[in-house]
Amino acid sequence: MIQSSQNNRIPFELVRKKRFNLKQGFFLSLVRAFGFSGALTLFVILFFVAYNGISILSWEFVTQPPIEAMTKGGIFPVIVGTILLTTLCMIVVIPIGVTTAIFLSEYSKPGLLLNMVMMSIYTLAGVPSVVFGLFGLAVFVVAFNFGMSLFAGSLTLAIMVLPYIISTSEEAIKAVPYSFKEASLASGATKWQTIRKIILPTAMPGILTGAILGTAKVSGETAPIMFTAAAFFTPGVPRSLLEPVMALPYHIYVLATAGTHIEETRSIQYGTALTLIILVLGMNFLGIILRARQRKKRAW
Amino acid sequence: MVENKNIFGIKAFSIYYGDFMAVKNITLDIEASKITAIIGPSGCGKSTLLRALNRMNDLILSSWVEGEVLFQGVNIYQKDTDVIELRRRVGMVFQKPNPFPSSVYENVAYGPKIRGIKKKSQLDEIVENALVRADLWKEVKDKLNESGLSLSGGQMQRLCIARSLAQEPEVILFDEPTSALDPISTANIENLLQELQKTVTIIIVTHNMQQAARISNYTVFMYLGELIEFGDTDTIFVNPQNKLTEEYITGRFG
Repeated sequence: MIQSSQNNRIPFELVRKKRFNLKQGFFLSLVRAFGFSGALTLFVILFFVAYNGISILSWEFVTQPPIEAMTKGGIFPVIVGTILLTTLCMIVVIPIGVTTAIFLSEYSKPGLLLNMVMMSIYTLAGVPSVVFGLFGLAVFVVAFNFGMSLFAGSLTLAIMVLPYIISTSEEAIKAVPYSFKEASLASGATKWQTIRKIILPTAMPGILTGAILGTAKVSGETAPIMFTAAAFFTPGVPRSLLEPVMALPYHIYVLATAGTHIEETRSIQYGTALTLIILVLGMNFLGIILRARQRKKRAW
Repeated sequence: MVENKNIFGIKAFSIYYGDFMAVKNITLDIEASKITAIIGPSGCGKSTLLRALNRMNDLILSSWVEGEVLFQGVNIYQKDTDVIELRRRVGMVFQKPNPFPSSVYENVAYGPKIRGIKKKSQLDEIVENALVRADLWKEVKDKLNESGLSLSGGQMQRLCIARSLAQEPEVILFDEPTSALDPISTANIENLLQELQKTVTIIIVTHNMQQAARISNYTVFMYLGELIEFGDTDTIFVNPQNKLTEEYITGRFG
């Protein structure tokens, strides 16, 4: 074998020729340009916000409440408000969303009922967020008499993000190999035992990833909380579920449009926006890392 | 005692998927503590028939049946059948080894645990016993906490057999258990089946005629959903009565 290796040259036809294909070259650069412009847009926005907001970002900024009619001080209650809103929202939406996903993927039979449920979920996913805000105002704030509150806002956000949680959970459940289900049932497990012991644990990383990305989505929403939860100003963090809260996106909106010191608070506006972006990016990264780890761990 | 010889009595039994008749009017008795092989070309309904014996076909919404399957004299298709208990007593091992994505120990303890056995010492005993019976104990006794998916293909299949044995089943249905395995692993499984036969009734669907000839006591030959011939494996392979059977086992079609 070794002696003959000198004769074993690659046949001439298989040597890669350098040729310039005009059409291919054109489309390749087009695809590259569009791909690049997408990334570029994102980086320009990030850079713009970071450039304008970085100077105000400090330990005091994230740990102090706003003072002097919000022209000075930090945004501590604002950050806390957003964290409370999204956490509460997730506590409400994850059980409902996962249960619905289990129903859709494991229990529902093809037919009118399933079609109607699916249709409702798709429609819900396409409704503009301000409509959820108005719905929350009519139902949670007024009809249920929760008032403008943390609770009403979280429920509104929960309804808005519900279709997303359902579809990511359903995907995660459907990705569980059929053979696991078969093996469990053939071992004498009931359907519910199979779901609880095999399907849900196997799907859990996928469900969690969806939940984290959902949290990131929710934390930046303004319209749903505008009429249901967000306060122009509160002196501190809320003491009960029925108190209104400040929130990052709404705070930006307020400072940039409704205040009397719009120009003076520019840097606070950018600082708040930057904080929000860091929060969302952080959660997205967490979601991406989780997803990557789960793909690596998957051995089937 | 004569009645107890047959663990399954299949009587005028047909299986449909919607309008399609996959298994046609089969009558067949399966003897306890023997290996019965079901052979036939792809799509002949042999897996469908096998899966009917512990009602795994229930998972396919469009499937329905006619006739009776008696398990120890009781029709398993009557309305108040406890399908869960049936599947515990009639276990199943699949074509592709399908351990759960959990440890070797957890895989084997799965059935006993969902049946409500909680005591660690009792579970340990069941797990060890099942792994010994599946001829896997020596290879995995030091890695009971490692993932079942980290084992080799043949080991995974024996793990699946152990998972089934942990339920103390009376019958285990094997659906082409070696078709995804290499020849050595296949030989191991075949030896194991002959060992298990002493305590468990085995019904095996196989594509591999030599396998049926090597290990089974009885052979069922199916073609296009019908039972063509059933009898002693020796008779079927040496002196088949039906022309179709002869053509199939001599490899003229399939």
